[in-house]
Amino acid sequence: MDPLILARLQFAITTVYHFFFVPLTLGLSIIVAVMETLYVRTGNAAYKQMTKFWGKLFLINFAMGVVTGIVQEFQFGMNWSEYSRMVGDIFGAPLAIEALLAFFLESTFLGIWVFGWDKLSKGLHAGVMWLVAIGSNLSALWILIANSFMQQPVGFVIRNGRAEMDNFFTLALNPNIWEQFPHVLTAGLTTAAFFVLGISAYHLARKHQEDVFRRSFQIAAVVGTLAIFMVTLGGHGQAQHMVETQPMKMAAAEALWKTESPASFSLLTIGDLTQREEVFSIRIPHVLSLLAYNQLEGEVKGIYDLQAAYEEIYGPGDYIPPVAITYWTFRIMVGAGTLMLGLAVWALFMVMGEQIAISPRAQKIFFWAQFLPYAANSAGWILTEVGRTPWVVFGVMRMEDAVSPAVSVGELLFTLIGFTLVYGLLMYADVYLLAKYAKAGIGSDEGLQLDTEDEMPSFVGAHD
Amino acid sequence: MDLNIVWFILIAVLYIGYFILEGFDFGVGILLPFLAKDDQRRRVVINTIGPHWDGNEVWLITAGGATFAAFPDWYATLFSGFYLALFLMLIALIVRGVAFEFRSKDENPRWRALWDWMIFIGSLIPALLWGVAFANFVRGVPIDVDMNYVGGFFNLLNWYALLGGLASLAAFTLHGAIYLSLKVEGDLLEGARRAARRLWLPAVAMLFLFVGATYLETDIIEKLGINPGASPIIAAAAILVTGYFLRVQREGWAFIMTSVTIAFSVISFFVLLFPRVLVSSLNPEWSLTIYNAASSPYTLKVMLIVALIFIPIVLAYQGWSYWIFRKRLTVESHLEY
Repeated sequence: MDPLILARLQFAITTVYHFFFVPLTLGLSIIVAVMETLYVRTGNAAYKQMTKFWGKLFLINFAMGVVTGIVQEFQFGMNWSEYSRMVGDIFGAPLAIEALLAFFLESTFLGIWVFGWDKLSKGLHAGVMWLVAIGSNLSALWILIANSFMQQPVGFVIRNGRAEMDNFFTLALNPNIWEQFPHVLTAGLTTAAFFVLGISAYHLARKHQEDVFRRSFQIAAVVGTLAIFMVTLGGHGQAQHMVETQPMKMAAAEALWKTESPASFSLLTIGDLTQREEVFSIRIPHVLSLLAYNQLEGEVKGIYDLQAAYEEIYGPGDYIPPVAITYWTFRIMVGAGTLMLGLAVWALFMVMGEQIAISPRAQKIFFWAQFLPYAANSAGWILTEVGRTPWVVFGVMRMEDAVSPAVSVGELLFTLIGFTLVYGLLMYADVYLLAKYAKAGIGSDEGLQLDTEDEMPSFVGAHD
Repeated sequence: MDLNIVWFILIAVLYIGYFILEGFDFGVGILLPFLAKDDQRRRVVINTIGPHWDGNEVWLITAGGATFAAFPDWYATLFSGFYLALFLMLIALIVRGVAFEFRSKDENPRWRALWDWMIFIGSLIPALLWGVAFANFVRGVPIDVDMNYVGGFFNLLNWYALLGGLASLAAFTLHGAIYLSLKVEGDLLEGARRAARRLWLPAVAMLFLFVGATYLETDIIEKLGINPGASPIIAAAAILVTGYFLRVQREGWAFIMTSVTIAFSVISFFVLLFPRVLVSSLNPEWSLTIYNAASSPYTLKVMLIVALIFIPIVLAYQGWSYWIFRKRLTVESHLEY
């Protein structure tokens, strides 16, 4: 077996898995902080109950994000040691800064938040949650600065046979980060908003604790609509940036084999995309040009022309990413995003009325809509990373040059199976707990007697 | 002093912070099944480290990140070389972290017992493996001319490294018992005190045996001579004095002393390594050093500025979190985990 394939598979599995938890952490930390701030401002106990309820779900999810994040930190050394040697001088910096500046902040203050309800003043306790939210999102910022270097390497020179940092500020202010970070931040908020909408709808349809879940639904509808709108805008900006910096990724995402001017947008393709030639495809004229340049005209380079151009710059080789993967992940991401946009606007209309009437059908729709952000988040990352093939750092280093020579196929296979098994079992426990606490709703005296929730045998399954 | 030396010291500092803080987390996790006989007591024991374990673990993440940034070849050789050992450590840290969060979220006794075992195993494995790892660092491992480890997994399990593992296991467990005796009351306090007194002698024995073995298995005599310098002597003295403080029930002082032992043991390792970061057992020329494994001077300078700004801030707010939760826990306390 090819160690490159195994190493890539391992990175894909551990990273996609890690990113199941991260967006919810990013978004829900902010939403919980908002809820607790409302509690401090208004003194209304309903907001405290909300904070505690969503906070508990936040914690279950957070734990999974943290522990799977440790693997990410070490995996570059484990499976990609040549990569680490080549770019560690510049790539290690944002990772170290992330730990020092963000990870310490979120972990330490989350500990204070969880255990500090009766040890801190109300305002200070809410402030601590804001620090958790800031820490989590700062952490994402620095990881994305590291990732942006792989998409659009800046701030370095090739010296001593490796990429060395020559300007820290160029690295940190990578043009790519301005496109990527807002997109991920708002995707996190969207994920959290749909999480809150789905669970709130479940309880509203059963008329449980309506006060709390109506307010939760309202907050999530507003946050969700704003967030998904910004995700869409940000995604558009990112796609335009991609046409400029990684045109091959855009061409592959569109299965655009031949250069077109004006370029058409593919709605659907039937046939085998791996065949490396045009197959039957429903295309809308002008739309890709419009997406790429905000105007109806304009040439978008096709895969064949880009391949020829890259061969001229980088020498002979295959510069075409797996088109089937990039094409379909792009469609899953955009499709899920469009659906979410519609659903968020619908939720917003619902909360504008006097009362939120959740029909059984609406409840079902919002329940299943919780999974849309996960599909979009995963597809988005797969597109971003697979679309860069064959580059691990665009134009600087190829994937096959990046793997660890010291690691055997047996070791790779062993850890691949090991991580997958452990992660699978943990996912089972995680979903079990999330479902259990989401369904249970709010304990009758929660917020009044904070200490008793765990001791209450009737807490689970008390309703429904 | 050049930047490479400064970074070598900074990484030692990060490991010192990590082992002092997470060291007692490991000890508490290892002692959990022995000291806490019912569920309520187990919850008390876990809650003594509840607010802190996650922040403590970030010291390791930061040490890893700092190694990546300052000494990329050290990072690359170490983690691709100690591959299966690191995998085992990561799995242990993963299940342990999840276990803290999950164990009390269901009343089923089997659910709780399962996660309590995960806390135990997830604490035991890293406490053992860290000693194994550091012993191999100073003993030397097969590293070829291209800085790649060529030894395999079982090469790491030599008798000297296993002795190192037992020493770190004993030291962290003792450290954890003393920490517990500062944080609990009643019969749990009695149990923690008893455990600390019982663990003291094995910990002393293992550490002294390990120091003795170091003369046989490493190049300490060529490097430092018969007298290894002040730091191992301070470490040894501190662990001896710990026994006295345990007898007179001055746990605060005992905790300071085990912390000193841990800190100066790490310093001793780094002194013995210097200026190498990974010793090649195949050819001294192939060892990784703070010069041939380092980042460029520019990166080292940038990262130093970042570290000097943020490490004090981190110390301040982590100190604050220990201050907030300074009170002892009882079975009547509000327990989260």
